[in-house]
Amino acid sequence: MKINSDKCVACGNCTYVCPMGAIYVDQSLNRAVVDQDECVECYTCFNGMSKEHLNPTVVRTLRALFKMMRLRFDPEPDVCPTSALEPQELVWPRVVRRAFSDPRVPHESTGVSGRGTEEVKTNDITGRVQPGEVGFTIEFGRPGVGVRFHEIQRMTQALAKAGIGFEAKNPITSLLSDPASGTIREDVLNEKILSAIVEVKVPIARMEEIIRMVREVEKQVDTVIAIGVGARCDDEGQEQEVFSALQRLGYQPERAKTNLGLGRITNIKALQEHA
Amino acid sequence: MTNTLHRYGNAESFRDDYVVFAMASKGKNDDDCVPKLKRFLEMALPFHPVNLGDAIHGGSVRPSENMNPAAHWTRELKRDFRAVIDGLTEYTTAAAVFDNLSAAEEFVKAVKQADLGLCINISTSIDGAQQCCCAASQNRHSVGYSLGFQGKTEKLPNTQVLMLATMCGHGMISASFAKKMIDWVKEGRRTPEQAALYMANFCSCGVYNPSRAKRILEEAQHTQK
Repeated sequence: MKINSDKCVACGNCTYVCPMGAIYVDQSLNRAVVDQDECVECYTCFNGMSKEHLNPTVVRTLRALFKMMRLRFDPEPDVCPTSALEPQELVWPRVVRRAFSDPRVPHESTGVSGRGTEEVKTNDITGRVQPGEVGFTIEFGRPGVGVRFHEIQRMTQALAKAGIGFEAKNPITSLLSDPASGTIREDVLNEKILSAIVEVKVPIARMEEIIRMVREVEKQVDTVIAIGVGARCDDEGQEQEVFSALQRLGYQPERAKTNLGLGRITNIKALQEHA
Repeated sequence: MTNTLHRYGNAESFRDDYVVFAMASKGKNDDDCVPKLKRFLEMALPFHPVNLGDAIHGGSVRPSENMNPAAHWTRELKRDFRAVIDGLTEYTTAAAVFDNLSAAEEFVKAVKQADLGLCINISTSIDGAQQCCCAASQNRHSVGYSLGFQGKTEKLPNTQVLMLATMCGHGMISASFAKKMIDWVKEGRRTPEQAALYMANFCSCGVYNPSRAKRILEEAQHTQK
Protein backbone atom coordinates (compact mmCIF):
# COMPACT_ATOMS: atom_id res chain seq x y z
CA MET A 1 0.00 0.00 0.00
CA LYS A 2 1.16 3.48 -0.62
CA ILE A 3 -0.20 6.95 0.02
CA ASN A 4 -0.34 9.42 -2.82
CA SER A 5 1.47 12.46 -1.44
CA ASP A 6 -0.26 14.75 -3.96
CA LYS A 7 -3.59 13.80 -2.42
CA CYS A 8 -2.79 13.24 1.26
CA VAL A 9 -3.82 16.04 3.62
CA ALA A 10 -2.22 14.51 6.72
CA CYS A 11 -5.51 14.19 8.58
CA GLY A 12 -4.03 11.16 10.36
CA ASN A 13 -7.13 8.95 10.19
CA CYS A 14 -5.27 6.14 8.46
CA THR A 15 -2.55 6.06 11.13
CA TYR A 16 -5.10 4.77 13.65
CA VAL A 17 -6.73 2.12 11.48
CA CYS A 18 -3.50 0.39 10.45
CA PRO A 19 -3.36 -2.87 12.47
CA MET A 20 0.45 -2.89 12.28
CA GLY A 21 1.00 0.78 13.12
CA ALA A 22 2.88 1.03 9.84
CA ILE A 23 1.41 4.39 8.80
CA TYR A 24 2.69 7.62 10.30
CA VAL A 25 2.57 11.32 9.51
CA ASP A 26 6.00 12.46 8.41
CA GLN A 27 6.31 15.90 10.00
CA SER A 28 8.89 17.09 7.49
CA LEU A 29 6.61 16.26 4.55
CA ASN A 30 3.33 16.92 6.34
CA ARG A 31 2.00 13.79 4.67
CA ALA A 32 1.10 10.31 5.87
CA VAL A 33 3.66 7.69 4.85
CA VAL A 34 3.64 3.88 4.87
CA ASP A 35 6.61 2.08 6.39
CA GLN A 36 7.00 -0.52 3.64
CA ASP A 37 8.94 -2.95 5.79
CA GLU A 38 6.24 -3.01 8.47
CA CYS A 39 3.23 -2.91 6.10
CA VAL A 40 1.75 -6.41 5.73
CA GLU A 41 -0.49 -5.48 2.75
CA CYS A 42 -3.64 -6.32 4.69
CA TYR A 43 -5.53 -3.58 2.82
CA THR A 44 -7.37 -2.64 6.03
CA CYS A 45 -6.86 1.06 5.32
CA PHE A 46 -7.95 0.79 1.69
CA ASN A 47 -10.88 -1.60 2.21
CA GLY A 48 -12.12 -0.32 5.56
CA MET A 49 -12.14 3.44 5.19
CA SER A 50 -14.82 5.35 3.35
CA LYS A 51 -13.63 7.60 0.55
CA GLU A 52 -14.63 11.21 -0.06
CA HIS A 53 -12.68 12.30 -3.15
CA LEU A 54 -12.33 15.91 -1.92
CA ASN A 55 -9.97 18.36 -3.57
CA PRO A 56 -6.70 18.17 -1.58
CA THR A 57 -5.84 21.86 -2.09
CA VAL A 58 -9.20 22.98 -0.73
CA VAL A 59 -8.91 20.64 2.26
CA ARG A 60 -5.36 21.78 3.05
CA THR A 61 -6.39 25.43 2.82
CA LEU A 62 -9.35 24.91 5.13
CA ARG A 63 -7.20 22.95 7.57
CA ALA A 64 -4.61 25.76 7.57
CA LEU A 65 -7.31 28.35 8.24
CA PHE A 66 -8.73 26.32 11.09
CA LYS A 67 -5.24 25.87 12.49
CA MET A 68 -4.62 29.63 12.46
CA MET A 69 -7.78 30.10 14.49
CA ARG A 70 -6.85 27.19 16.75
CA LEU A 71 -10.01 25.40 15.68
CA ARG A 72 -10.19 21.77 14.85
CA PHE A 73 -12.74 20.03 12.66
CA ASP A 74 -14.20 16.85 14.19
CA PRO A 75 -14.32 14.57 11.15
CA GLU A 76 -15.61 11.04 10.87
CA PRO A 77 -12.74 8.80 12.00
CA ASP A 78 -13.10 6.14 9.31
CA VAL A 79 -12.72 8.32 6.23
CA CYS A 80 -9.91 9.15 3.86
CA PRO A 81 -11.09 12.59 2.70
CA THR A 82 -9.07 12.66 -0.50
CA SER A 83 -8.84 8.95 -1.43
CA ALA A 84 -5.09 9.05 -1.08
CA LEU A 85 -4.59 5.35 -0.33
CA GLU A 86 -3.42 3.48 -3.39
CA PRO A 87 -2.67 -0.23 -3.68
CA GLN A 88 0.53 -1.03 -5.50
CA GLU A 89 1.26 -3.95 -7.75
CA LEU A 90 2.74 -6.69 -5.62
CA VAL A 91 5.38 -9.00 -6.95
CA TRP A 92 6.95 -12.10 -5.45
CA PRO A 93 7.84 -12.43 -2.60
CA ARG A 94 5.96 -9.39 -1.30
CA VAL A 95 2.72 -10.80 -2.66
CA VAL A 96 2.68 -13.41 0.12
CA ARG A 97 2.15 -10.57 2.59
CA ARG A 98 -1.27 -9.89 1.14
CA ALA A 99 -2.13 -13.58 0.78
CA PHE A 100 -1.56 -14.08 4.51
CA SER A 101 -2.89 -10.74 5.72
CA ASP A 102 -5.91 -9.71 3.64
CA PRO A 103 -8.67 -12.19 4.55
CA ARG A 104 -10.66 -11.32 1.44
CA VAL A 105 -8.06 -12.92 -0.76
CA PRO A 106 -8.50 -16.71 -0.89
CA HIS A 107 -5.25 -18.63 -0.50
CA GLU A 108 -4.23 -20.12 -3.83
CA SER A 109 -3.06 -23.30 -2.12
CA THR A 110 -6.39 -24.09 -0.44
CA GLY A 111 -8.99 -21.90 -2.15
CA VAL A 112 -10.14 -20.84 1.31
CA SER A 113 -10.33 -17.17 2.30
CA GLY A 114 -9.47 -15.83 5.77
CA ARG A 115 -6.46 -17.66 7.14
CA GLY A 116 -6.97 -20.36 4.57
CA THR A 117 -7.78 -23.37 6.73
CA GLU A 118 -10.87 -25.50 7.37
CA GLU A 119 -9.63 -27.19 10.59
CA VAL A 120 -12.50 -28.88 12.48
CA LYS A 121 -15.02 -26.53 10.92
CA THR A 122 -15.69 -29.11 8.23
CA ASN A 123 -14.62 -32.12 10.25
CA ASP A 124 -18.09 -33.65 9.98
CA ILE A 125 -17.48 -34.39 6.31
CA THR A 126 -13.70 -34.36 5.96
CA GLY A 127 -12.86 -36.48 9.02
CA ARG A 128 -9.69 -34.45 9.35
CA VAL A 129 -9.52 -35.08 13.12
CA GLN A 130 -10.56 -38.58 14.11
CA PRO A 131 -11.46 -39.99 17.56
CA GLY A 132 -8.27 -40.34 19.57
CA GLU A 133 -6.60 -37.46 17.74
CA VAL A 134 -6.16 -33.76 18.37
CA GLY A 135 -5.82 -31.15 15.67
CA PHE A 136 -3.64 -28.16 16.49
CA THR A 137 -3.88 -24.71 14.93
CA ILE A 138 -0.85 -22.77 16.10
CA GLU A 139 -1.33 -19.20 15.01
CA PHE A 140 1.45 -16.64 15.04
CA GLY A 141 1.15 -12.86 14.97
CA ARG A 142 -2.31 -11.90 16.01
CA PRO A 143 -3.75 -9.79 17.34
CA GLY A 144 -1.93 -6.77 16.03
CA VAL A 145 1.66 -7.88 16.40
CA GLY A 146 2.50 -9.59 13.11
CA VAL A 147 5.16 -12.17 12.38
CA ARG A 148 7.89 -12.95 9.89
CA PHE A 149 8.21 -16.35 8.27
CA HIS A 150 11.62 -17.02 9.82
CA GLU A 151 9.88 -16.97 13.21
CA ILE A 152 7.21 -19.42 12.04
CA GLN A 153 10.00 -21.62 10.70
CA ARG A 154 11.21 -22.19 14.25
CA MET A 155 7.91 -23.91 14.93
CA THR A 156 7.77 -25.90 11.71
CA GLN A 157 11.35 -27.11 12.20
CA ALA A 158 10.66 -28.14 15.81
CA LEU A 159 7.59 -30.06 14.73
CA ALA A 160 9.38 -31.71 11.83
CA LYS A 161 12.25 -32.72 14.09
CA ALA A 162 9.73 -34.52 16.29
CA GLY A 163 8.48 -36.40 13.22
CA ILE A 164 5.15 -34.61 13.04
CA GLY A 165 3.61 -34.14 9.62
CA PHE A 166 1.84 -31.01 8.47
CA GLU A 167 -1.76 -30.67 7.31
CA ALA A 168 -1.65 -30.76 3.52
CA LYS A 169 -4.47 -28.27 2.98
CA ASN A 170 -2.83 -25.38 4.75
CA PRO A 171 -1.14 -22.27 3.31
CA ILE A 172 1.98 -22.57 5.48
CA THR A 173 2.46 -26.17 4.38
CA SER A 174 2.41 -24.98 0.77
CA LEU A 175 5.40 -22.72 1.53
CA LEU A 176 7.57 -25.51 2.95
CA SER A 177 10.48 -26.16 0.61
CA ASP A 178 11.33 -29.27 2.63
CA PRO A 179 8.44 -30.60 4.73
CA ALA A 180 10.68 -33.29 6.24
CA SER A 181 12.81 -30.65 7.95
CA GLY A 182 10.11 -27.99 8.30
CA THR A 183 12.11 -25.55 6.16
CA ILE A 184 10.20 -22.66 4.64
CA ARG A 185 11.34 -21.41 1.25
CA GLU A 186 14.15 -18.96 1.71
CA ASP A 187 12.85 -16.10 -0.42
CA VAL A 188 9.90 -15.44 1.89
CA LEU A 189 11.62 -15.81 5.25
CA ASN A 190 11.87 -12.09 5.97
CA GLU A 191 8.41 -11.20 4.75
CA LYS A 192 6.15 -9.84 7.45
CA ILE A 193 2.52 -10.92 7.63
CA LEU A 194 -0.41 -10.26 9.91
CA SER A 195 -0.77 -13.86 10.99
CA ALA A 196 -0.47 -17.46 9.85
CA ILE A 197 -1.53 -20.84 11.14
CA VAL A 198 0.64 -23.94 11.40
CA GLU A 199 -1.64 -26.95 11.43
CA VAL A 200 -0.85 -30.46 12.61
CA LYS A 201 -2.61 -33.38 14.17
CA VAL A 202 -1.31 -35.97 16.60
CA PRO A 203 -2.65 -38.77 18.80
CA ILE A 204 -4.03 -37.44 22.10
CA ALA A 205 -1.07 -39.01 23.86
CA ARG A 206 1.24 -36.52 22.12
CA MET A 207 -0.82 -33.43 22.91
CA GLU A 208 1.28 -32.37 25.88
CA GLU A 209 4.46 -32.77 23.81
CA ILE A 210 3.16 -30.28 21.22
CA ILE A 211 2.11 -27.75 23.84
CA ARG A 212 5.51 -27.93 25.53
CA MET A 213 7.12 -27.50 22.11
CA VAL A 214 5.10 -24.32 21.51
CA ARG A 215 6.14 -23.03 24.93
CA GLU A 216 9.78 -23.52 23.97
CA VAL A 217 9.39 -21.85 20.59
CA GLU A 218 7.52 -18.86 22.04
CA LYS A 219 10.67 -17.96 23.99
CA GLN A 220 12.56 -17.64 20.70
CA VAL A 221 10.13 -15.47 18.74
CA ASP A 222 9.13 -11.85 19.08
CA THR A 223 5.39 -12.26 18.66
CA VAL A 224 2.24 -13.71 20.19
CA ILE A 225 0.84 -17.18 19.63
CA ALA A 226 -2.75 -18.42 19.83
CA ILE A 227 -3.32 -22.15 20.05
CA GLY A 228 -6.54 -23.87 18.97
CA VAL A 229 -7.06 -27.50 19.88
CA GLY A 230 -9.62 -29.51 17.91
CA ALA A 231 -11.09 -32.80 19.04
CA ARG A 232 -13.87 -35.20 18.09
CA CYS A 233 -16.83 -35.59 20.41
CA ASP A 234 -18.24 -39.01 21.23
CA ASP A 235 -21.59 -40.34 20.03
CA GLU A 236 -23.30 -38.49 22.86
CA GLY A 237 -21.71 -35.21 21.80
CA GLN A 238 -19.38 -35.18 24.79
CA GLU A 239 -15.66 -34.41 24.85
CA GLN A 240 -13.88 -34.64 28.16
CA GLU A 241 -10.55 -36.31 27.48
CA VAL A 242 -8.85 -33.41 25.70
CA PHE A 243 -10.54 -30.78 27.85
CA SER A 244 -9.31 -32.45 31.05
CA ALA A 245 -5.82 -32.86 29.64
CA LEU A 246 -5.73 -29.15 28.82
CA GLN A 247 -6.77 -28.32 32.36
CA ARG A 248 -3.93 -30.47 33.68
CA LEU A 249 -1.58 -28.43 31.52
CA GLY A 250 -2.79 -25.24 33.14
CA TYR A 251 -5.35 -24.07 30.59
CA GLN A 252 -8.96 -23.22 31.35
CA PRO A 253 -10.65 -23.01 27.95
CA GLU A 254 -13.59 -20.62 27.96
CA ARG A 255 -14.38 -20.31 24.29
CA ALA A 256 -14.69 -22.88 21.54
CA LYS A 257 -16.05 -23.34 18.09
CA THR A 258 -18.40 -26.24 17.91
CA ASN A 259 -19.09 -28.23 14.77
CA LEU A 260 -22.71 -29.37 14.92
CA GLY A 261 -22.27 -32.32 12.58
CA LEU A 262 -24.95 -31.16 10.15
CA GLY A 263 -22.73 -31.29 7.06
CA ARG A 264 -23.32 -33.85 4.32
CA ILE A 265 -21.27 -34.79 1.29
CA THR A 266 -23.36 -33.54 -1.60
CA ASN A 267 -20.96 -33.20 -4.54
CA ILE A 268 -21.72 -35.94 -7.03
CA LYS A 269 -18.07 -36.80 -7.62
CA ALA A 270 -17.33 -36.95 -3.89
CA LEU A 271 -20.44 -39.07 -3.35
CA GLN A 272 -19.27 -41.54 -6.00
CA GLU A 273 -15.83 -41.76 -4.41
CA HIS A 274 -17.43 -42.15 -0.99
CA ALA A 275 -19.61 -45.00 -2.28
CA MET B 1 -13.62 -19.75 11.76
CA THR B 2 -10.46 -19.43 13.71
CA ASN B 3 -11.02 -15.71 13.50
CA THR B 4 -13.91 -15.98 15.95
CA LEU B 5 -12.23 -18.58 18.14
CA HIS B 6 -9.73 -16.36 19.90
CA ARG B 7 -12.00 -13.52 20.99
CA TYR B 8 -10.64 -12.18 24.21
CA GLY B 9 -12.73 -12.53 27.36
CA ASN B 10 -14.06 -15.04 29.84
CA ALA B 11 -17.20 -17.12 29.39
CA GLU B 12 -19.30 -14.48 31.12
CA SER B 13 -18.19 -11.86 28.59
CA PHE B 14 -19.56 -14.06 25.78
CA ARG B 15 -23.09 -13.98 27.17
CA ASP B 16 -24.05 -11.66 24.32
CA ASP B 17 -21.89 -13.23 21.63
CA TYR B 18 -23.04 -16.15 19.46
CA VAL B 19 -21.55 -16.54 15.99
CA VAL B 20 -23.24 -19.23 13.90
CA PHE B 21 -21.56 -19.85 10.59
CA ALA B 22 -21.99 -22.06 7.57
CA MET B 23 -19.31 -23.24 5.21
CA ALA B 24 -18.73 -25.87 2.59
CA SER B 25 -15.65 -27.99 2.13
CA LYS B 26 -14.01 -27.77 -1.27
CA GLY B 27 -14.81 -30.87 -3.29
CA LYS B 28 -17.18 -32.29 -0.67
CA ASN B 29 -20.27 -30.11 -0.36
CA ASP B 30 -19.47 -26.93 -2.24
CA ASP B 31 -21.49 -27.71 -5.38
CA ASP B 32 -24.41 -25.33 -5.55
CA CYS B 33 -23.53 -23.90 -2.15
CA VAL B 34 -24.37 -20.24 -2.97
CA PRO B 35 -28.19 -20.59 -2.76
CA LYS B 36 -27.77 -22.63 0.43
CA LEU B 37 -25.56 -19.99 2.01
CA LYS B 38 -28.04 -17.29 1.00
CA ARG B 39 -30.84 -19.31 2.55
CA PHE B 40 -28.81 -19.71 5.73
CA LEU B 41 -28.50 -15.92 6.00
CA GLU B 42 -32.13 -15.37 5.06
CA MET B 43 -33.20 -17.79 7.78
CA ALA B 44 -31.36 -15.72 10.39
CA LEU B 45 -33.43 -12.57 9.82
CA PRO B 46 -36.51 -13.52 11.89
CA PHE B 47 -34.22 -14.07 14.89
CA HIS B 48 -32.88 -10.50 14.80
CA PRO B 49 -29.16 -10.96 14.24
CA VAL B 50 -26.83 -8.12 15.21
CA ASN B 51 -24.65 -8.78 12.18
CA LEU B 52 -24.55 -10.91 9.05
CA GLY B 53 -21.65 -11.38 6.74
CA ASP B 54 -19.81 -13.32 4.12
CA ALA B 55 -16.08 -13.81 4.25
CA ILE B 56 -15.38 -12.14 0.92
CA HIS B 57 -17.72 -9.16 0.76
CA GLY B 58 -17.96 -8.21 4.41
CA GLY B 59 -20.64 -7.57 6.97
CA SER B 60 -23.79 -5.50 7.28
CA VAL B 61 -21.89 -2.23 7.88
CA ARG B 62 -19.65 -1.33 4.96
CA PRO B 63 -17.57 1.67 4.00
CA SER B 64 -18.71 3.98 1.25
CA GLU B 65 -16.75 4.40 -1.97
CA ASN B 66 -18.24 7.86 -2.50
CA MET B 67 -19.07 9.42 0.82
CA ASN B 68 -20.87 12.74 0.70
CA PRO B 69 -18.90 15.39 2.68
CA ALA B 70 -22.15 16.42 4.38
CA ALA B 71 -22.09 13.00 6.03
CA HIS B 72 -19.78 14.40 8.70
CA TRP B 73 -22.85 16.13 10.15
CA THR B 74 -25.67 13.87 9.03
CA ARG B 75 -24.22 10.39 8.81
CA GLU B 76 -26.20 7.53 10.23
CA LEU B 77 -24.36 4.23 10.15
CA LYS B 78 -26.87 1.48 9.48
CA ARG B 79 -26.74 -2.25 9.19
CA ASP B 80 -27.89 -3.46 5.77
CA PHE B 81 -28.66 -7.17 6.00
CA ARG B 82 -30.24 -7.29 2.55
CA ALA B 83 -27.00 -6.10 0.95
CA VAL B 84 -25.15 -9.00 2.58
CA ILE B 85 -27.61 -11.60 1.33
CA ASP B 86 -27.87 -10.18 -2.17
CA GLY B 87 -24.12 -9.68 -2.40
CA LEU B 88 -23.22 -13.29 -1.67
CA THR B 89 -22.43 -14.58 -5.13
CA GLU B 90 -19.63 -17.10 -4.74
CA TYR B 91 -18.18 -19.84 -2.53
CA THR B 92 -17.48 -18.36 0.89
CA THR B 93 -18.31 -18.65 4.58
CA ALA B 94 -21.56 -17.08 5.79
CA ALA B 95 -22.07 -15.95 9.36
CA ALA B 96 -24.95 -14.77 11.53
CA VAL B 97 -24.20 -13.08 14.85
CA PHE B 98 -26.66 -12.95 17.75
CA ASP B 99 -26.50 -11.17 21.08
CA ASN B 100 -28.68 -13.51 23.10
CA LEU B 101 -28.85 -17.21 23.77
CA SER B 102 -32.50 -17.75 22.93
CA ALA B 103 -32.13 -16.24 19.44
CA ALA B 104 -29.08 -18.41 18.80
CA GLU B 105 -30.91 -21.51 20.03
CA GLU B 106 -33.93 -20.85 17.84
CA PHE B 107 -31.76 -20.19 14.82
CA VAL B 108 -29.79 -23.39 15.31
CA LYS B 109 -33.06 -25.31 15.55
CA ALA B 110 -34.24 -23.76 12.28
CA VAL B 111 -30.93 -24.50 10.53
CA LYS B 112 -31.06 -28.12 11.63
CA GLN B 113 -34.60 -28.45 10.35
CA ALA B 114 -33.64 -26.91 6.98
CA ASP B 115 -31.02 -29.66 6.46
CA LEU B 116 -28.88 -27.58 4.11
CA GLY B 117 -26.01 -30.08 4.04
CA LEU B 118 -23.54 -27.30 4.85
CA CYS B 119 -21.11 -27.56 7.77
CA ILE B 120 -22.56 -25.51 10.62
CA ASN B 121 -20.49 -24.25 13.54
CA ILE B 122 -21.13 -22.11 16.60
CA SER B 123 -18.44 -19.94 18.11
CA THR B 124 -19.15 -18.78 21.65
CA SER B 125 -18.49 -19.98 25.21
CA ILE B 126 -18.27 -23.74 25.52
CA ASP B 127 -21.43 -23.82 27.63
CA GLY B 128 -23.29 -21.47 25.32
CA ALA B 129 -22.65 -23.75 22.34
CA GLN B 130 -23.72 -26.79 24.32
CA GLN B 131 -26.97 -25.09 25.24
CA CYS B 132 -27.65 -24.31 21.58
CA CYS B 133 -26.98 -27.94 20.68
CA CYS B 134 -29.20 -29.15 23.50
CA ALA B 135 -32.05 -26.87 22.39
CA ALA B 136 -31.80 -28.31 18.88
CA SER B 137 -31.40 -31.90 20.16
CA GLN B 138 -28.16 -32.09 18.23
CA ASN B 139 -25.03 -33.79 19.54
CA ARG B 140 -21.79 -31.93 18.96
CA HIS B 141 -19.55 -33.50 16.32
CA SER B 142 -16.26 -31.76 17.01
CA VAL B 143 -14.99 -28.97 19.15
CA GLY B 144 -12.07 -26.56 18.76
CA TYR B 145 -10.91 -25.02 22.03
CA SER B 146 -9.17 -21.67 22.29
CA LEU B 147 -6.20 -21.66 24.64
CA GLY B 148 -5.89 -17.88 24.47
CA PHE B 149 -2.75 -15.86 23.78
CA GLN B 150 0.77 -16.71 24.86
CA GLY B 151 4.28 -15.69 23.91
CA LYS B 152 5.13 -11.97 23.92
CA THR B 153 1.83 -10.95 25.48
CA GLU B 154 3.41 -7.75 26.73
CA LYS B 155 2.96 -6.54 23.15
CA LEU B 156 -0.82 -6.77 23.52
CA PRO B 157 -3.00 -3.78 24.47
CA ASN B 158 -5.14 -3.52 27.61
CA THR B 159 -8.14 -5.76 28.27
CA GLN B 160 -10.89 -3.51 26.90
CA VAL B 161 -8.98 -2.69 23.74
CA LEU B 162 -8.19 -6.37 23.28
CA MET B 163 -11.83 -7.37 23.71
CA LEU B 164 -12.83 -4.93 20.97
CA ALA B 165 -9.95 -5.58 18.58
CA THR B 166 -10.21 -9.38 18.72
CA MET B 167 -13.81 -9.30 17.57
CA CYS B 168 -12.25 -9.28 14.14
CA GLY B 169 -9.93 -12.23 14.53
CA HIS B 170 -8.38 -11.49 11.18
CA GLY B 171 -6.90 -8.46 12.88
CA MET B 172 -8.63 -5.83 10.73
CA ILE B 173 -9.73 -3.77 13.73
CA SER B 174 -6.56 -2.16 14.96
CA ALA B 175 -5.83 -1.71 18.65
CA SER B 176 -5.10 1.98 18.01
CA PHE B 177 -8.50 2.52 16.46
CA ALA B 178 -10.27 0.61 19.25
CA LYS B 179 -8.40 2.75 21.79
CA LYS B 180 -9.36 5.90 19.88
CA MET B 181 -13.03 4.87 19.94
CA ILE B 182 -12.87 4.26 23.71
CA ASP B 183 -11.32 7.71 24.15
CA TRP B 184 -13.94 9.37 21.96
CA VAL B 185 -16.74 7.74 23.93
CA LYS B 186 -15.15 8.86 27.20
CA GLU B 187 -14.84 12.40 25.84
CA GLY B 188 -18.47 12.38 24.74
CA ARG B 189 -17.51 12.90 21.10
CA ARG B 190 -19.45 9.82 19.98
CA THR B 191 -21.97 7.48 21.58
CA PRO B 192 -20.98 3.87 22.32
CA GLU B 193 -23.31 2.73 19.54
CA GLN B 194 -21.73 5.06 16.97
CA ALA B 195 -18.23 4.03 18.00
CA ALA B 196 -19.19 0.36 17.80
CA LEU B 197 -20.45 0.79 14.24
CA TYR B 198 -17.33 2.64 13.06
CA MET B 199 -15.32 -0.44 14.01
CA ALA B 200 -17.80 -2.70 12.19
CA ASN B 201 -16.67 -1.14 8.90
CA PHE B 202 -13.30 -2.82 9.21
CA CYS B 203 -14.45 -6.38 9.87
CA SER B 204 -14.10 -8.04 6.50
CA CYS B 205 -16.38 -11.03 7.07
CA GLY B 206 -19.21 -9.72 9.21
CA VAL B 207 -18.54 -11.70 12.40
CA TYR B 208 -17.90 -8.55 14.45
CA ASN B 209 -20.54 -8.14 17.16
CA PRO B 210 -21.66 -4.46 17.40
CA SER B 211 -23.92 -5.24 20.34
CA ARG B 212 -21.10 -6.68 22.46
CA ALA B 213 -18.82 -3.82 21.34
CA LYS B 214 -21.40 -1.29 22.50
CA ARG B 215 -21.55 -2.96 25.91
CA ILE B 216 -17.75 -2.99 26.21
CA LEU B 217 -17.59 0.69 25.23
CA GLU B 218 -20.27 1.54 27.80
CA GLU B 219 -18.28 -0.28 30.46
CA ALA B 220 -15.08 1.47 29.37
CA GLN B 221 -16.83 4.82 29.56
CA HIS B 222 -17.10 4.44 33.32
CA THR B 223 -13.64 3.11 34.06
CA GLN B 224 -10.63 5.21 34.98
CA LYS B 225 -7.97 3.61 32.78
